[in-house]
Amino acid sequence: MCNEQTPSEVAREAERWEKTTLPKWVSNHPERKKEFHTSSGSLIKRLYTPQDVKELDYLRDLGFPGEFPFTRGLHATMYRGRLWTMRQFSGFGTAEQTNQRFKYLLKEGETGLSIAFDYPTIFGRDSDDPLARGEVGRCGVAVSSLRDMEILFDGIPLDKVTTSMTINGPTAMLLAMYVAIGDKQGVSRERLGGTVQNDMLKEFFAQKLCIFPPRPSVKLVTDIIEYCTRHLPRWNPISISGYHIREAGSNALQELAFTLADGVAYVESVMERGLEVDDFAPRLSFFFAAHNNLFEEIAKFRAARRLWARIMKDRFGAKKPRSMWMRMHIQTSGCTLTAHQPLNNIIRVTLQSLAGVLGGTQSLHTNSFDEALALPCEEAVRVALRTQQIMAHESGVADTIDPLAGSYCVEALTDEMEERAMEYLDKIDSMGGVIPAIEKGFFQKEIADSAYKDQKAVECRERILVGVNEYKIEKDQVPIKLLKIGPEVEEEQLRRLRKMKRERNNRKVKEVLDELNSAAEHDENLMPPIIKAVKAYATLGEICSVLRDIFGEYRELIVI
Amino acid sequence: MSGEKKIRVVVAKPGLDSHDRGAKVVARAFRDAGMEVIYTGLRQTPEQIVETALQEDADVIALSILSGAHMTLFPRIMKLVREKGLEDVLVFAGGIIPEEDVPALKKIGIAEVFGPGTSTDELVKFVRENVGKGK
Repeated sequence: MCNEQTPSEVAREAERWEKTTLPKWVSNHPERKKEFHTSSGSLIKRLYTPQDVKELDYLRDLGFPGEFPFTRGLHATMYRGRLWTMRQFSGFGTAEQTNQRFKYLLKEGETGLSIAFDYPTIFGRDSDDPLARGEVGRCGVAVSSLRDMEILFDGIPLDKVTTSMTINGPTAMLLAMYVAIGDKQGVSRERLGGTVQNDMLKEFFAQKLCIFPPRPSVKLVTDIIEYCTRHLPRWNPISISGYHIREAGSNALQELAFTLADGVAYVESVMERGLEVDDFAPRLSFFFAAHNNLFEEIAKFRAARRLWARIMKDRFGAKKPRSMWMRMHIQTSGCTLTAHQPLNNIIRVTLQSLAGVLGGTQSLHTNSFDEALALPCEEAVRVALRTQQIMAHESGVADTIDPLAGSYCVEALTDEMEERAMEYLDKIDSMGGVIPAIEKGFFQKEIADSAYKDQKAVECRERILVGVNEYKIEKDQVPIKLLKIGPEVEEEQLRRLRKMKRERNNRKVKEVLDELNSAAEHDENLMPPIIKAVKAYATLGEICSVLRDIFGEYRELIVI
Repeated sequence: MSGEKKIRVVVAKPGLDSHDRGAKVVARAFRDAGMEVIYTGLRQTPEQIVETALQEDADVIALSILSGAHMTLFPRIMKLVREKGLEDVLVFAGGIIPEEDVPALKKIGIAEVFGPGTSTDELVKFVRENVGKGK
């Protein structure tokens, strides 16, 4: 790899070192552990040498940035040209409060909006649904109708921002509302830019926010991809997400493999609809977690990009390079944050962000240090955003492309990650694909096992968590004032919803819901009737209720 | 210990949030500690949780919640616990629950509130020491 030395010379020398220098040192200075492992159970070697990457073929496996297989990055100049998008997920309380938070973030230099919805919204329920009691506006913003969305985007021109919406079950309804706002602002649909998560498959085994059963859920996902391909060319109609798989307890390898399996399932579903792979694949996007193990995470991101490119090319016959791009958003891992000594979380977030940037992400969300305790307060959000800005402007890590390429360790880990992910993909294929595997509880069991193993590792202190099972202090002080969501949020939202229902044309609402019903019965693409319905101020709950009657409701398969 | 009745624990997830990682880990830890565990699954209403506890003849109800709705849901659960005559059942909670809410929750009969970072050993010990004590 480096100069004239032959591989066998290096191997011979390595063997000599292992027999002489190493044991002499180890006999007096034992290592900290018997074995070191990644989260995915791979053995981490003491030392990586050219031996570990002797199968690596530079042109085949790494190539150049902006070229297949994209291991070194999607773009020819990466962050030397444009930095990654700093996108902070936010949303809480009423639409007015979130609108103010958006304006604050835009003023502070954020380049894209990202919306968190509250649980009732995520479940396709209105704020006045009995199940919504006590939950309105707590973990995100409540959106029951177009009226709430109008307030949310008041004074924010949709042709000047891009918006990411973390929504799955009711994606079609929220996207329809966004389109309606664009129409009102006079922004043409071709110019609307943003992303909806719209990844239902992972919901069934990871995030578990499901409304309809798996098959109709995938039908809706496919409707949205088809509609966006034809009408919203700048919209990313799906963000295929490993983040929640990881947060639910999986290791890095399972996160990677299960996410790619979901991606394969969506591509198959859209192709069955009759679309050409190169027409929609360029707008597929991905979402991963960045955890604590720096090298494993970097390897995961690099392997993900390479493997997806190979799958798109070899399995689906994609021709356009863009169809082979794995564009990714990364969020630092929420479940690694500790409630103990919360300021320590700033450092965790920094290291995780570093993994994301060295892994070549397109966009990044950094968690706030108080998030193991509550939704973040403004000060904590600012520190999180500043972490990215310091990384971008002060650390120099953005000044050269894929700087860890050629590291014996990182390349070996990248290869291993790809290889083991392929094994999982074969296994899932042999089960008949993702939905049958969900129905068998395969993913659920894999994830629950990993989560339990991880907890045990912390409890027996095989894994040290600073401030939790080591370096503890007597009384942890939370240094800032946590964000509180008062009961007035729910009251105000209910008032607004009642008023809207009084003022709208209820005959028109019934009409559009009947149309939706008929379209669903005839298995048509449901985006057009849903856009029509939200414009008539039919509520989210009313629209979902029509579809629940036709599709049925999902019942959780419990796997401990 | 032989011949002793196994402790029966209902691990329940009230509220709409779907963060079941903790609940499942705790359920498994109780099972590994030799208890009978009934895990309710997600999004159980207070009525469903208390009904399960009644039907299953539970000694313990372990509530896990991360949605922030505990101040709405826990009082309803405890009211039902009293109405159904389950005062002997040990009820405790875990999840993301701000410290300032804890005194009010203890007052309505939640025996303890555990935050993130609690070890499962600690929970097992807590259950063994407090089960069947009545209130």
